[in-house]
Amino acid sequence: MILETIKSQKITFEQKVVALARLAEGSIEVLNKSEALKKYIEDGIICDLFEGNAPYRPRYIVPDYDIFMEQGSKFLNIDKPTNIWEAVHGLLILYKHVPSITTMPVYLGNIDYLLEPFIKDEDEAYLAIKLFLKHIDSTITDSFCHANIGPKETKAGLLILKAMRELELPTPNLTIKYTEETTGRISVEAIKTALVTAKPSFANDKIFRDDFKGEYGIVSCYNGLKVGGGANTLVRVRLGALSKLAQSKEDFLIRVLPEVSKEMLDYIDERSRFIIEESGFYESSFLIKEGLLEKEKFTGLFGFVGLAECVNNLLGATEKKERFGYSDDANALALEIVSTMHKIIANHKTQYAGEFFENTHLLHSQVGIDTDRNESPGCRIPVGEEPEIFEHIMKSAPFHQYCPSGIGDIFVFDETYKSNPEAILDIIKGAFETNLRFFSLYSDTCDVVRVTGYLVKKSEIEKLDKGEQVLRDTTILGKGARDNAKALGRKLRSE
Amino acid sequence: MSLKGKVNKIIKFSNVDGPGNRMAIFFQKCNFNCEYCHNPETINLCKNCGLCIEGCPTKALNLKEKKIEWNEELCCECDKCTKICPHNSSPKIYSYTIDDLLEKIEKVKPFIKGITVSGGESTLQADFIAELFIQVKKKWPKLTCFVDTNGGVNLKDEKYKKLVENTDFFMLDIKAWDKVEHLNITGKDVDTVIENLYFLRDINKLFEVRSVIVSERINNRLTVEHVSRIISEKETRYKIIKYRNYGVRENMKSNLFSPTDQELKELEEIAKENGVKNTLII
Ligand code: SF4
Ligand code: SF4
Ligand code: SF4
Repeated sequence: MILETIKSQKITFEQKVVALARLAEGSIEVLNKSEALKKYIEDGIICDLFEGNAPYRPRYIVPDYDIFMEQGSKFLNIDKPTNIWEAVHGLLILYKHVPSITTMPVYLGNIDYLLEPFIKDEDEAYLAIKLFLKHIDSTITDSFCHANIGPKETKAGLLILKAMRELELPTPNLTIKYTEETTGRISVEAIKTALVTAKPSFANDKIFRDDFKGEYGIVSCYNGLKVGGGANTLVRVRLGALSKLAQSKEDFLIRVLPEVSKEMLDYIDERSRFIIEESGFYESSFLIKEGLLEKEKFTGLFGFVGLAECVNNLLGATEKKERFGYSDDANALALEIVSTMHKIIANHKTQYAGEFFENTHLLHSQVGIDTDRNESPGCRIPVGEEPEIFEHIMKSAPFHQYCPSGIGDIFVFDETYKSNPEAILDIIKGAFETNLRFFSLYSDTCDVVRVTGYLVKKSEIEKLDKGEQVLRDTTILGKGARDNAKALGRKLRSE
Repeated sequence: MSLKGKVNKIIKFSNVDGPGNRMAIFFQKCNFNCEYCHNPETINLCKNCGLCIEGCPTKALNLKEKKIEWNEELCCECDKCTKICPHNSSPKIYSYTIDDLLEKIEKVKPFIKGITVSGGESTLQADFIAELFIQVKKKWPKLTCFVDTNGGVNLKDEKYKKLVENTDFFMLDIKAWDKVEHLNITGKDVDTVIENLYFLRDINKLFEVRSVIVSERINNRLTVEHVSRIISEKETRYKIIKYRNYGVRENMKSNLFSPTDQELKELEEIAKENGVKNTLII
């Protein structure tokens, strides 16, 4: 494997370095795993999403960049910025030192608020922002990297949206925090941008702010986490595969689900324990020392995929009208499953989740990975079975309350919406009124598209199809998701 | 007896029938007979002649007491019946009460900015629609009510007062300015249409004027020149619509020609030069 990686012509130098590091980490065993857990892992029911055998940094890190803008960094020898060039320059340097599971930062901050104080001359600011974004795309070669804007309209926010429309690049991913005080102007600009380049997504600011008691960041695909904290680990269960171990839906709810949840939680604890107690991250990182991160604001994520397959399996539903997303019974069962997991997690108090979260982990509706077959992302209605859009939203919304650390749906709109973006805003407003947490959109003519949560360029996937090298890891994942999970075959919303 | 409306179809989410996302309700029956009509099956009410029954592959149609009966459950929406119908009609019509429609609106209400009635020609069922709008506004004051019309009935007339009062905005078609051309293409005079144009402009209820551009048959420049001058001082949008020949009756197609994008751009230029602030080519 090592030699194979070294010799590969399909991956770039950086991709090789990361792959080799993973191989090294994979060669040791330091975590305590129960026999039951090992069995679940072997059967592909529980998986740690390639986090490795010896975690030495939290999976998702959400630095408080405001603190950096206020004080600069002693460790990096950067002074507090005084103009737009120093601001973007400082941030770009800092980003290179923010680790994550991908080795690259998954969160870049509310970049509009960070840059707004430095916007004096708009032309100059626009140039700075464009170079900033271009730099991020070419050096953070992975689109699990996420920036936020909003909820207030800012000059910087408008310039960022304009630049993204012009650049059409997959990285960084972007979310606009939307609330009633978000202006129509920036909302419509955001939709116009999304119809060109599949971002930003819309986050329901009110719900997130309540759940995270204030500042939160949308990171990676769509994960909500606490600013100044993050998530040590994400372990997930494949509910579709799990459902096959149950005799009946009662058996699933009463026996199978609690059993697997216990193993999951123990494993999340064990991985977190290693990071917190053994890896030395929380003692040695300058991000902690300089106050950009606090251990108490970290938690662990309990992820799941395949709710649809699980429910359909348990009910033996083959006809469309009996299936998840259509039948009231199926949806009620699905809700019971999710709320049961939620309850189990809330009752599990652990020293490996921060005090900020009252020592609990969080439930996360995971988007899936490129090799998943027969497991739809989290709580989503499977691609190809989508009902009409308002039904789709109404059926999805009830699940969103249970997944503070991330859940969302993606809608593809046809080109006619470009001349009436307000129509999409009406749909988003309605969705948020029905308590949907997160809404993503793109248009069928975009080159940049959203796969499950991250973004890829269709033109880059075509390169990969021809066996050429590509800059971004995520393109490789996108190709897999397209091939294995029809991820690019979502229902087109027209009229 | 409670009022009933004859509805051809409902589009729950539409982005082309006014501002924002709207529910569009298409009423059956029209007083024009445009050569390029894209929904010719909405022009007349069904005569119950039964000719379409044979052609239905799923046996969704039956004649009962000399009336056509349509079984929606069985229908596969193949549209064979409307193609067979020699009377520009459809057997698949819904007869709705106001309450039926309110119930449908209720379902999508959080997601829409309002409703738009279209056709056919919606103003032919003005009483029903006026009552519908009154109820909608009573229940959901935030929703706006729009009427899409060919301008063929005189909206100044007393009998449309209630409709006009309860409509937030109209969208008016001006298919041709020249009398003869208008008569040829629609089968009706243009005079009333133009009267409506002034009337709706003056009462500030004209959201949009639409002109379908057909090459060669219509002096499109003349139409755009006049319309744009009249609406330029208001916020009214001018929508310049490219004639496309899908959905159009086969025997009409040979007479109708799609304009080039260049032609459409030139027409838009004219509108802009005449001071229209908001133009849209589709
Ligand atoms: S006015 Fe509209 S519905 Fe009536 S015939 Fe003309 S195009 Fe068809
Ligand atoms: S569309 Fe008409 S012909 Fe086709 S199934 Fe329905 S009723 Fe029958
Ligand atoms: S739809 Fe046409 S063909 Fe069928 S019964 Fe009515 S008028 Fe006759």
